[in-house]
Parts: sequence; C-alpha cells; structure tokens
Amino acid sequence: MRVKLSAMRVRNDLVRRIEELSGQDLLACYQCGKCSAGCPAAFAMDLLPSQVIRLVQLGLVEEVLNAKTPWFCAACQTCYARCPKGVDLSRIMEAIREIALQERGDYLVIEEIPAEELAEFPQLAFIGGFRKYTA
Amino acid sequence: MRIAYFPGCTLNTTAKGFDNALRASFAALGAELVELPEWNCCGATFPLLVDNMLDLVAPTRVLLAAQRQGDRLAVACTMCYNVIRRTNNRLRSDADALEKLNYFIEAEYRGGVEVLDVLQILRDDVGFEAVQAAVKKPLTGLKVAAYYGCMVLRPPTEVAYDDPENPHALDDLLRALGAEPVEWPHKAECCGAYLAVKSKEATAEMSYRILSSAQRAGAQAVVTNCPLCQFNLDKQQLDMGRRHGGYQPVPVLYFSQLLGVALGLDTADFGWERHYVDVRPLLESLG
Repeated sequence: MRVKLSAMRVRNDLVRRIEELSGQDLLACYQCGKCSAGCPAAFAMDLLPSQVIRLVQLGLVEEVLNAKTPWFCAACQTCYARCPKGVDLSRIMEAIREIALQERGDYLVIEEIPAEELAEFPQLAFIGGFRKYTA
Repeated sequence: MRIAYFPGCTLNTTAKGFDNALRASFAALGAELVELPEWNCCGATFPLLVDNMLDLVAPTRVLLAAQRQGDRLAVACTMCYNVIRRTNNRLRSDADALEKLNYFIEAEYRGGVEVLDVLQILRDDVGFEAVQAAVKKPLTGLKVAAYYGCMVLRPPTEVAYDDPENPHALDDLLRALGAEPVEWPHKAECCGAYLAVKSKEATAEMSYRILSSAQRAGAQAVVTNCPLCQFNLDKQQLDMGRRHGGYQPVPVLYFSQLLGVALGLDTADFGWERHYVDVRPLLESLG
C-alpha cells in the first residue's frame, strides 16, 4: 500500500482520541509482530493486529474503522501478555470499536440473533457481547 | 474455613452444575462457600477504556457487598473473577477512581477485599494434598486435558496465580484426583468468548482448534473452570463434523464436577443433562 504522510495526518484528531481512550502509547510499538503471531482470532481478521497499530501510527484511522479486525478481538490479552513493549493492544481495539460505535451505530442487533440461540446462550456471552458491540 | 462466595449469574443457569458440584465439594473438604446475601451482575467484561467509569459500578457494588462479609471473596466464574479482581486493582491503585465510584454508589468501599478464584483457594487454602487424601473414587485411567482459557491468566500482572504461558494448577488438581492430565499446547488459548453471539464461524474454528488439539494429545475429556469456555467448546461440537469430517465429539466438564465425582459425592444435581455432549457414558466407564 502506498500512502502519503504528513505531520498533520499522522497526529490527527482520531489518533489522539484513540490514544486518550486506550491510554496507550501508540509509538511504543516497533512492529515485532508477536501480537499477530499469537492472536487466536487472526485467521478471521482482514488486518493483522500488528497492522492495525501500524495504520494508526501512520494516522490512517479510517482504514481500521472500516476493517473487520477490531470486531474479532475478544480481549483475550494474549498480545498484551507477550508484547515486549507492554502495549495493551486490546485497549486500542476497544478504543477503535468505541469510535466506530459512536460514529456508525451498534454492531450487534438483538433481533439478528436466532430465537433458539437466544434461549441457550449463557448470560455472560450476552452481557459481554452487548457491552463490546453496542454504544 | 468459611469464605464469602460470589457465584455470578451464569452459575445460576447454564452452569448450575458447576455451582452445585463446587459447593458440595468444598463442603466435603471442610471449606464452606457462603454466598453473598445480596449481589448483582459484575458486567461480564472488564472495561478497557480509561474513562469508562460506568462499567466499574457493578463490580464495585460486588466488592462492597463482599466488604460487609469480610476481607476475602471467592469467585467461581472466571469472567467474574477477572472483572472483579481487575476492578479491585484499579480502585486500590487509583484514589481518584475510588472516590468517584464511592460517590456514585453512595457507599464506602475501602479496597480491602482480596478477590480469589475458587481453584486458587482449593490449591492454597485447602491444599491439593488434602484433596488427594479425601478422594474416595480415584479417576484412575481417565485422560484429561486441563483447559484454562484466558480469564485467570491474563493480564498476568493483574489476575494470574499460575504460570500464564504454561499453567498447571488445574493439571495438579486433576492429578490429585487420580486422573492423568495430558500435555497439550492449547491450554491457555482463547475460545472466542462472546464473539459467539455475533461471529459463530470464528468461535467454531477457535473451538475446533482447541478440542482437536486436546484429542490429538489423547484426552478423553476437556476440563475447564470457565462457564463461557464450557458452553462454547461443548455446543460448537454439535455441528463440528459438518465442517471437519470425521470429527468425534469429546465431553467438556467443569473441574468441580470431577472433583465431586472423585470425592464420592451424590452427583444427581451436577447438571449432566445440560451438557450438549453427554458426559455420563465416560463417567460410567470409569466404574
């Protein structure tokens, strides 16, 4: 991918917002890729976890807002547990979800869940899902 | 020993067998789990945004309820354990957050409660030697895969009471019960958790990787301490053969159920009928 960078673009409002919401230093990441190597949901993602943080470092927040990846992060924290720089990527994913939810609306709509499944899910699956997928 | 106990919502429904078996087993071992007289849902997930104070309210209320009973709280559900323990860490290290939360709930939580997972209590307070000595029906010959999931291991600095990359508390317990835990690489891998409500295909694949790994290692059953892992791993197997030809289902149990069986307790209310893959034929084969 070819991108043109500028100081303004790299430090745009959305980047600052992600930093604020997540409390993480985005530039601490030096792209070792350990997060992507260990992510148990990487197979379902369109961007690797390390690519998400790289794009945000470059100010390309729209790319990650349009990606599936943040929605496939279950906050298992394998990435954070192994990150040599102590970056909590699951917090960055949550910040991206939060911005997307506020700008674009809920990701999970209860009517979309088949009735027979509604009856079977344990409460923690529902409460967890609705906390992560709705504004 | 008596200790304040928080079962959590799911242990009253789909994981009722986990709860019944746990209380009965603890009682048989001389440790009484005393359910908090009043409690609420913890919120199931720990809020990861710095300024999300609202989602800390529910777990703070749980901590307040625990404070009224003493200075230790036993939690059975691993998701609840993770949320309540991390909330407690935040309140202990962030005076401003503690003040805000107390103001909001109109009470004074002081940060003094120690939040403990029931497996940790079994290991550190009861002791696996004492468990072993109390075993009446050893699970001899049963090959099991101890599965820990995420919530008692990560983030390691906040919640882990075991080696976060190669945990063994559950393996040690199962060995004390006479079973044979297998060595396998997926014991701390995520099952997909609440992704199940939105992305069934992803959780089906994550479950398959875990379950097939356990079976390759020779396990006849997967044993867990997490009610969401149990649900995901158990239920996803119903149509796993459609995607992965030749797949053979494997029972997924709670450690408390096997503990109760080994202690020779009455297992009638252990919730066997709630399992998607029937556990009973395997248990009966043990004699």
